[in-house]
Amino acid sequence: MKKAKWVVPTIYIIFLMLPIYWLLNMSFKTTTEIINTYTLWPQEFTLENYKTIFTDSTWYTGYLNSIYYVVMNTVISVAAALPAAYAFSRYKFLGDKHLFFWLLTNRMAPPAVFALPFFQFYSSVNLFDTHVAVALSHCLFNIPLAVWILEGFMSAVPKELDETAYVDGYSFWRFFFKIFIPTITAGIGITMFFCFMFSWVELLLAKTLTAVAAKPIAATMTRTASTSGYELGLLAAAGSLTIIPGAIVIYFVRNYIAKGFALGRV
Amino acid sequence: MNKTINQKAWFFVIPVFVLVAFNAIIPLMTVVNYAFQETFGNNVFMWEGTRWFKQIMLSERFHASLGRQFLFTFIILFIQIPLGIAIALTMPKEGIGVPICLVLMSMPLLIPWNVVGAMWNIFALPDIGFLGHSLNALGFDYNFTQQIGDAWFTTILMDVWHWTSLVVLLSYAGLQSIQPAYYQAAEIDGASRWAVFTKIELPKMKKVLTIAILLRFMDSFMIYTEPFVLTGGGPGNATAFLSIDLVKMALGQFDLGPAAAMSLIYFFIVLLVCWVFYTLMMRNEGNQ
Repeated sequence: MKKAKWVVPTIYIIFLMLPIYWLLNMSFKTTTEIINTYTLWPQEFTLENYKTIFTDSTWYTGYLNSIYYVVMNTVISVAAALPAAYAFSRYKFLGDKHLFFWLLTNRMAPPAVFALPFFQFYSSVNLFDTHVAVALSHCLFNIPLAVWILEGFMSAVPKELDETAYVDGYSFWRFFFKIFIPTITAGIGITMFFCFMFSWVELLLAKTLTAVAAKPIAATMTRTASTSGYELGLLAAAGSLTIIPGAIVIYFVRNYIAKGFALGRV
Repeated sequence: MNKTINQKAWFFVIPVFVLVAFNAIIPLMTVVNYAFQETFGNNVFMWEGTRWFKQIMLSERFHASLGRQFLFTFIILFIQIPLGIAIALTMPKEGIGVPICLVLMSMPLLIPWNVVGAMWNIFALPDIGFLGHSLNALGFDYNFTQQIGDAWFTTILMDVWHWTSLVVLLSYAGLQSIQPAYYQAAEIDGASRWAVFTKIELPKMKKVLTIAILLRFMDSFMIYTEPFVLTGGGPGNATAFLSIDLVKMALGQFDLGPAAAMSLIYFFIVLLVCWVFYTLMMRNEGNQ
C-alpha cells in the first residue's frame, strides 16, 4: 500500500512533463526534420534555433522587456500592498469590508473586458508602448492579490508584537521596517512569487498596450507563428526559454509555497 | 483578532486605492460610456439607452458562447477538483519527494499562457505532435483543427494540464495543517480510510477547497489566451468562449456598443457568482 502511493503522483508528473518534453524536443530539431518526419527525439541535434534567438535583437529584447515590466510590477504591487494589508489586518475603518471586496472584484474582472479601454486610456496619457504602462495595468489584478495574501500573513502575527514595540519607544515606521517586515519575510516572498507569476504569464493586456519598444516575448512569439510561415523549431525554442525564469523562481520559493497556501490564501 | 477602530488607516490604503482605481474605474467608465451610446468615431456620441443590452441579451451568438463557457467551466471543475484532491492525498508528506513534487507540479503554472497554447498545439498536431500522432496510431481519427469533439477534448485536457496543480497545491497545504493526533485517534477507533477522508480530511480542506473552486471558476470563466492560440476559437465557433467572442466583437469587428454591453453583462455574471461564493466562505469562517 505504501509503495503504491507513489504511482498517482508519478503518473501525474509524467503527464505534466510530456508536453514540455515535446516542446524541448522540437526546439532541438531542424525545420526539415520537423516537417518531414515524426521522431521521438532529435535525430540531428541542433542549437541553430537558440542561436537565432540570442543573436536577433527582435527576439532577445522581447525577453528583456518582459522581465523589465514584470519586476517593475512586482515591486510596485508589493510596496503599495504592504501598508494597505497592515491597515486591513490591524484596524477597523470606514468602509473597510466594502473596500476589500471591491479590491477582490478587480481580480475577477476579465482582462478581455478591459483590453480596449486600456488601450485608449494609456494612449491618451502618452504611456502607450512603455514598460510603465504594462506594469501599471498589471496592478489591476496583482495589487488585490498581494493585499489578500499579505493580509493573511499579517493577521497571523500577534498584535502584542506591535504593542511591545511601541512600549519600547519605537516610532511606527521604525517598528514597521525594523521589526514587522522581517517577521513576515516568508509572506513577502510568497506574494512576490505570485505577482511575478501572474504578470509573467499574462499576455492579453501586455500585447494590447505595446507595439515595438516594450513588446513582451510572448507577443513576439504570436507574431512569428502567424506571419513568417510555420517556423515551429524557432517557436519551440522561444517557448522553452520562457519556462526558465519561472523555474528559477519556483526553485527559490519551493519551501514557502506549501506554507503560503497553508494560510488559506491565494 | 480584535481590531482597533482607526480612521487614519485610510492613509495606508490610499496608494492601493489610487493605483487600482486608476486602472479599474476610468477604463470601466469608458466601457459604460460605449455601452449606452452609438459612435461613428471623432468623439461623436449618440444616446442609445439600453438598446445594446437588449440586442446582446436576445442574440443567439451570446447565448451560444455563454452556454459553451458554462459547459467548459463545469467540465473542468468536475475534473480538476476531484483529481487535485486525489493527487494531494497520495503525495509524500515528508522527505526528498516533497520539494520534487512541488517544483515539478508548479511548472505548468509559470508558463506564459500563450506558450501553453503553442505548446499544446505542437503536442496535439495530428501528424507531428506526440498526442495527435499517438492517438491516430492507436486507431482514433483525431484532428483537433477539424473536429469539434477533438477540439473540446484537447482544450479541456490542456486546461487540466495547466491548472490541476493549483488545486493540488491548495489541497496539499490543507492536508499538511492536520495534526497527526487526528490520524492516531482515527486509527485507535478503527476508522476506515473512507471515514478518515470524509470525517477528518475533507472538513479540514473545506476552506482551501472553497478558494480553489473560486479561483478556478474565475480564471476558467475568463479564459482567453490558451484556447485562442490552440484552436483560435474553431473549428467554426466551437471553442469560442466568452472572452474570445468578446475580443472578436470589440477589436475584430469594432462593434463597440454591443461589445461594451456584453462586457458589462459578462463582468456582472462573474461578479455575481463570486459574490455568492465569497459570502458563503465568510459565513463559514464566522462559524468556526
